[in-house]
Amino acid sequence: MSNATMTRRPSQFTKNKLPKWSIWAVLVGALILGAAVSSLFGFSPVSMAVFAAIFFVVGGTATAGAVEGSRKAKDRFATYLVYGAFIIAVLPLLSVIWTVLERGMPGMTSDFLFRSMNGLTGAIDNQTVAEGTPVLGGAYHAILGTLQITLWATIISVPVGLLAAIYLVEYSTGGPLSRAITFFVDVMTGIPSIVAGLFAAALFGLIFGPGTRTGFVAAAALSVLMIPVVVRSTEEMLKIVPNELREAAFALGVRKWRTITKVVIPTAISGIASGVTLAIARVIGETAPILVTAGFARGINLDVFSGWMSTLPTYIYYQIITPTSPTSTDPSTQRAWAAALILIILVMLLNLAARLIARMFAPKTSR
Amino acid sequence: MSKRIDVKDLNVYYGKFLAVEDVNVTIEARSVTAFIGPSGCGKSTFLRTLNRMHEVIPGGRVEGEVLLDGDDLYDDAVDPVHVRSQIGMVFQRPNPFPTMSIRDNVLAGVKLNSKRISKSDADALVEKSLRGANLWNEVKDRLARPGSGLSGGQQQRLCIARAIAVSPEVILMDEPCSALDPISTLAIEDLINELKNDYTVAIVTHNMQQAARVSDKTAFFNIAATGKPGKLIEFGDTSDIFNRPKEKSTEDYVSGRFG
Repeated sequence: MSNATMTRRPSQFTKNKLPKWSIWAVLVGALILGAAVSSLFGFSPVSMAVFAAIFFVVGGTATAGAVEGSRKAKDRFATYLVYGAFIIAVLPLLSVIWTVLERGMPGMTSDFLFRSMNGLTGAIDNQTVAEGTPVLGGAYHAILGTLQITLWATIISVPVGLLAAIYLVEYSTGGPLSRAITFFVDVMTGIPSIVAGLFAAALFGLIFGPGTRTGFVAAAALSVLMIPVVVRSTEEMLKIVPNELREAAFALGVRKWRTITKVVIPTAISGIASGVTLAIARVIGETAPILVTAGFARGINLDVFSGWMSTLPTYIYYQIITPTSPTSTDPSTQRAWAAALILIILVMLLNLAARLIARMFAPKTSR
Repeated sequence: MSKRIDVKDLNVYYGKFLAVEDVNVTIEARSVTAFIGPSGCGKSTFLRTLNRMHEVIPGGRVEGEVLLDGDDLYDDAVDPVHVRSQIGMVFQRPNPFPTMSIRDNVLAGVKLNSKRISKSDADALVEKSLRGANLWNEVKDRLARPGSGLSGGQQQRLCIARAIAVSPEVILMDEPCSALDPISTLAIEDLINELKNDYTVAIVTHNMQQAARVSDKTAFFNIAATGKPGKLIEFGDTSDIFNRPKEKSTEDYVSGRFG
């Protein structure tokens, strides 16, 4: 073998390929062009980003088309569009989180977390603004109300939803009853939340007299919204449990309901648990049904069966719509943003819990 | 601990569709009976009627009698759950419970029925069943690991251990080796030879060599055409079915000249 054959010539396979740095070159070029074009209309970062993005997509596609051929150019173009769609989808979310963090953090004092609005008048807010002292008053009662009402809604919805899903998947044979349940669950999924609130208010009004407003009525309203979500997610989870496992249990002489409780549900429990958690996350931020069912309280109320209650969404609503002090609204606005931050944290914790639960219960496959 | 099964004039239906027609067969105690035949001829369907698993499928029903030592399984007063606890089944694809450890899989038949069992009894039962399934030496150090982590052949033997842990009278096997490699298949066939000392075994197989190797009696099922019911064509000693078949279609099938 001679030395000449050892020196490597450029591979035939890498012919007509753009080098890796080309994408960065196109990006820099697009940024410079974007800045230039946007300064023609009066420079702003937003217009620069938009123009740069357009130039990047066009330039990247054009260079790929010129060197690598039309198939690669189409591939590049589609890739850029997909990434662009992703960025557009994520931007509002990041923006919301940023805004809430920015405006909510100043209000996150221990006073806010562990005090209610009881006895806090407009005069106190006026004084706070005039003297520049920390904002008084808090959302402790609303945090407790949110947790209690959501807990009761969960206690009502999970057994009902779980059993309905078990009936649909394990027992029904596609008869009229199961078709009716599926139909009404679908209808309930689309029910406006204020209607659920009115329904619960009217129902309890009929039984306990008009104007009955307690935390439990709110929990009933929320469970109307929760049940269809729980049924749907549980149903999907039970359906993907392989039939082979049911047959394996039957073949061992295990009764049907024991097969369901000991084999089917444990196999699906991770999905069911995360479905329930997501259903909770969906109703915890409801405002309208709470307003018509639980009223609005300024103080702490630990009894869901009597008296009005507040939740974080209604707390935010009232702080914005009817500020404690009509003349200086800043303290109320700050409290509203802080409450919004707590609400977002609660929802994120729930989502996190759903993931942890799913991982904890997932069938183990390690060797 | 083994009983014979007599099948008399059995018709098997899916809804209105007659899937298997007029089967008369005797499955002797402490023997291996093989069901062979082309795909779709109803041999698996027939096997599932022997422990009332057929009716788990919506629309599944039968006419006729299946007698376990003279007792009709399809009597109105019979609880199918009771039948299945006496007639165990091993399926085509290994199906250990994914949420359970190897040990719990073996004990599944006992634990899922929430019978109380002391730890020492449970340990003894696990060891006996796993030894019976020729799996003990391979898994004795990792009984607490999940059953789904085993290889396909080991999983299938785990399913056999699970089936024999409830001490059934009869074990039904629905193509137990079709998802396995030749070495695992050999392990299962050796196991079937041992199982017949204690149990009545009925096995469905697509592999005619396997039927010839493991079974004492063989039943050949065939189907006239798609949409027609499957029928039992010939039933007899395995050596007769493979060497001196009475029916032309049996001879064509076992000699590979089918169709």
